[in-house]
Amino acid sequence: MSVDERLNALRGTAPRKPHNARTLAALAANPGCRRRTLLDAAGIDKGQIAQGLGVRISIGQMSSIAIARGKGFEAKVKADGCAELLRLLREHIGLPVAEVHYHDLNPADTDDRITSRLRRSQRALQASAESNEPTGTLFDHPILQLTVNGVQVRIEPDLIAFKLGNQFFIVEIKSFAILDGTANSGKVAGAAQQSAVYVLAMREMLQTAGLDPDMVSDQVVLVCPKDFSNHPVAELLDVRKQLATLKRQLDRMESVESLLRLLPPDLSFDPRLDAAGRPTRDPQELAAAVYQVTARYSPECLDACELGGVCRAEASGMVPVLGRVVREDLGGIDSIKEAVELATGLREPDAGQQQVADLLRRAYGMRETALGAVR
Amino acid sequence: MTILTSLAKALAAYSMTPQQLTVYRHLHISSKPIVIVPLTLAGETNAPLAAMVGPDRARPTLIVTRQPRNRAERIEFAGRLASELLFPIETAAQQTQATGPGPNARLRVVDAPQLWVPNPAGIEFIRTLGRMTRLRFIEGPWAVPKKVRDLGIWLTWFAEQAEFADTGALIAATQAIAAVWATGQSDLEDGNLAAQMAWLAPPEGMDVAAAVSRAENPQLCPPAGPSTDPTFDRLFLEPALRDLATARNPAAHNAVHRRLTAMLEEQMRPTWELTWTAIDLLRDVPEAPRVPKRWEQQRDRFTSFHRYVADGGRPQAKRDSAGRSAQRLAELEQRMAAFEAQRAYDDPLVIADHRLTGEAFAGQVVDVDPARRVPGLRRNMLRPLVTVATGDQTHLDVGQHVYDPARNGQQAVIESVTETEDGWRIELELHNQMGSGLTAKPGSVPTLGEDVTYTSVTETFVRRRPWPTRDETPWTHGGPPPDSTPVVEDAAEDWS
Repeated sequence: MSVDERLNALRGTAPRKPHNARTLAALAANPGCRRRTLLDAAGIDKGQIAQGLGVRISIGQMSSIAIARGKGFEAKVKADGCAELLRLLREHIGLPVAEVHYHDLNPADTDDRITSRLRRSQRALQASAESNEPTGTLFDHPILQLTVNGVQVRIEPDLIAFKLGNQFFIVEIKSFAILDGTANSGKVAGAAQQSAVYVLAMREMLQTAGLDPDMVSDQVVLVCPKDFSNHPVAELLDVRKQLATLKRQLDRMESVESLLRLLPPDLSFDPRLDAAGRPTRDPQELAAAVYQVTARYSPECLDACELGGVCRAEASGMVPVLGRVVREDLGGIDSIKEAVELATGLREPDAGQQQVADLLRRAYGMRETALGAVR
Repeated sequence: MTILTSLAKALAAYSMTPQQLTVYRHLHISSKPIVIVPLTLAGETNAPLAAMVGPDRARPTLIVTRQPRNRAERIEFAGRLASELLFPIETAAQQTQATGPGPNARLRVVDAPQLWVPNPAGIEFIRTLGRMTRLRFIEGPWAVPKKVRDLGIWLTWFAEQAEFADTGALIAATQAIAAVWATGQSDLEDGNLAAQMAWLAPPEGMDVAAAVSRAENPQLCPPAGPSTDPTFDRLFLEPALRDLATARNPAAHNAVHRRLTAMLEEQMRPTWELTWTAIDLLRDVPEAPRVPKRWEQQRDRFTSFHRYVADGGRPQAKRDSAGRSAQRLAELEQRMAAFEAQRAYDDPLVIADHRLTGEAFAGQVVDVDPARRVPGLRRNMLRPLVTVATGDQTHLDVGQHVYDPARNGQQAVIESVTETEDGWRIELELHNQMGSGLTAKPGSVPTLGEDVTYTSVTETFVRRRPWPTRDETPWTHGGPPPDSTPVVEDAAEDWS
C-alpha cells in the first residue's frame, strides 16, 4: 500500500480536513508529537476524534461576533478590486504601484475542486513569475502546496499574493488592532508564523517550477485595523526568523512513512459518523486506536490542538502535565508520584536521577522546616 | 520558576491539595478593595460591553452598554465607570497625614485605593480603556465630560503601576493567588481563575478533581473575561444585540436591554464572587513584615500623582519619550530587585530558593570572636569574626559581601571557605549595625550555636547619576522630545 492509501485508510470514511497555515504552524511548534503529525497528515478531523472520545474541545472556536467583524474588515480592504489595499501598499509601505491586475483565484463554484484550483494557482503564479511586466498583480486566494513529513500538503490561505517587479509579497489581513503603532505581541507572532508557512510554500512552488525561490520576499505585509477604528493600516513584517525556525522544524520531523511502519496495518481512526455527523464508534475502541500513536503533551497543546484534552487525560499523573518548566526542572523523572517519592525519600533514585533527587530531597527538607515553623 | 516551585506543584498534584509557595503574603491587601470585572465585545479593540464594579461584594454596581459599537455609548460607559472609581480616589486623597514630625514632613494619604481585576487580561482592559479615554478634549466639538478624561488618566496610572513587581495599586487575582499557592496544574491552566480557584476553594461537597472539571466548562463557569465565551456569543449575545438594534420603540428596546443585562450579569457574577473569595483567602495568609513599608511608598506615589492630576496635569503621552522610558525601566529594575530582596529577607521559603541556587546559606555558628578589632585609618574598628558550618552548596566565595536577613541585612564579608566532611565552614567578618562603640550592641553579633542565614541578595539602593532634564535629552535619544499635548486628531479618533 502506498503512503497515501494508508493515510486514507487511517481516516476511513470521515471527510478529509486539509491542513491550513494555523495547523502547520502549530505542528511546527510541537514537532515531536507523532500523534498530531500522523493525524494531520492523514487529514483527520481531530475535533471529531475528541468528540468521539467524549472530550469537550474549546480551541479553534471563535466568537461569531469576532468572525463577522473580521470578515467585514477583510471585505472592506478587498472591496473594488482591492482599491483600499493598493492605497495602503502605496502610502504605508511606499511601493511604487501605479496600476495592477487583479487575479481572482477564489473557487469558481462549489464544485471547483481543490486540485484544479491548485493547478490554476500554480499556472497563474508561474506565468507571472516568468513575465517581466512592470505593473503589479494581485492574486486573491491562491492554493499553495508544501511538503510536510514527506507528504504534499495543500494549503488554502486566506490571503493575497502581490507581485511587483520581480518580487512577490504575501499580504495577510488580520482583524486585531495596531494601537499607537504596536499590537499584541502574541498575535503578531502568530501572524508571522502563519505567513512564514505561506512564504515557504510559495518558494517551494517556484523552485519546483525551476524558478528563483527568492522572488518571494521574506517581508510580509500585515494589514490590520488602526487603533479603535475599522480603518486599515499596513506594516511590513520581517519573517526571516520564523522561516528559519519553520524550515528547521520541518526538516527535523519524522517522515510519515517511517511513522506508519510502526503501526499495525489495520489501524483506523474512523469515528464512524452517522448521517447527522455524530460519532458512533465505541469510545474505548477509538481511544485504544489513538493511544497506539504516542503523543508529546505539554499544556500549550490545550490552546493549539483539538486533542489537547485527550492527551492531557492520558498524561494524567505524569510530569509534563505541570508544564514545560517543571518538566525541565524534574528532568529524568516521568511520573509525579515518582518525583514526590524521590523528594520524600521513599524511593531510591535511578542512575540518571541522582542529581535531581538530591536537589528535590533538600528542597523538600527546606519546605518542611519553613512551613513546619508556622504550622 | 525554581525547583521549590516545581516540587510544590508535584506535591499539589500528588495530594490534590494546593501547596503554599511562600510562608507569608507579600502583597498589601486593602481593607476596602475595589473589584472590576469587565466584559468586552469580541473582535473589537476594547469595546466595553459590561462591567461589575465596586467595593462591596454584596452590592456590585452593574454597568451595561446599550450598543457597544456606538461611540456615544462607550463614552457613557466610561462616564459611569468614572463615577464609580473617581469617588473613592478622591475620598482617599482627601484624608492625609504628615509623613513624620518636623518641618520636612510631607503629606501622605492615610489609605490609597486598590483595584482588583480577575486576570492579566483585565489589566490590559484597564490600560486600553485608559488609552481610549485620556486623550479626549473636554471642550470643543469632540468634548467628553471631564470625568471621562480623568478616568483615562487614572486608569493609565493604575495600569502602569501594575507593571511593577511590588505593586499594590492594580492586582490581577490569578497572579496574586499564584504568588502564594501552587496548584497541581500548569501555569496555563492557572490563568483561568475558575480552574485555579477550584483547587483553593472548591464548591461545597465537591472534590478538587470534580471542581476543576466543572471550572473548565464555560457553560457552568463563564470565562473570567474580558472576552466572553464564544458559545454564549453565538447563542445569547448576538441575538440580543440584533434585537436591540431592531427594537422599534423605547418599550421594546428597554425589554431587550433588560434581557441583555440579566444575561451579562449571569456571565460576570461567578467571576465577581471568585475574585472576592480570592481576596479573602489571601487576606487570611499572614502578612510579611516588610509589606507595610512598601504600602507606605505606594501611598506616597498615589499622593503625588493625585497632586499632579489635581494641578491640571496633562494626560500621559501615547508613547513614552526616551527619557521617561529610561527612567521607568530603571525604576522597574530597582523596585523588582528591592522586592526580591525584601521577600527573601521576610520569607523562609523564598530564602530557601536562594539557598538551593547557591546565593544563600544557612547553618550554625560554630565559632565566634565578638570582640575582634582590626586597625583602621585613625583608630581600631570592631570587626567580629563568625564561623558558620553549613551543608548548603553555596557558590559564594572569599571577598563576597553577604547579608543577614534576621539582623536587618547586617553586612558581612566572607573571609574563608573550607570544605569539611559534611559541608563547609564559612568564616565571616561582620561590618556594620553593631553600634558605634568598640563593643558590639547586645544581640548584634550571632552567638555560639545560633542558627543563621546569610545571602548575597541585597536591597541596598545603588545611587545613580541624576537623569538629564527633558531639555537635555541627548541626541542619541532623539534630543528633547516634542510636547505630548493631545491634538484634535486624538480627540476626534474614530471608535467604530
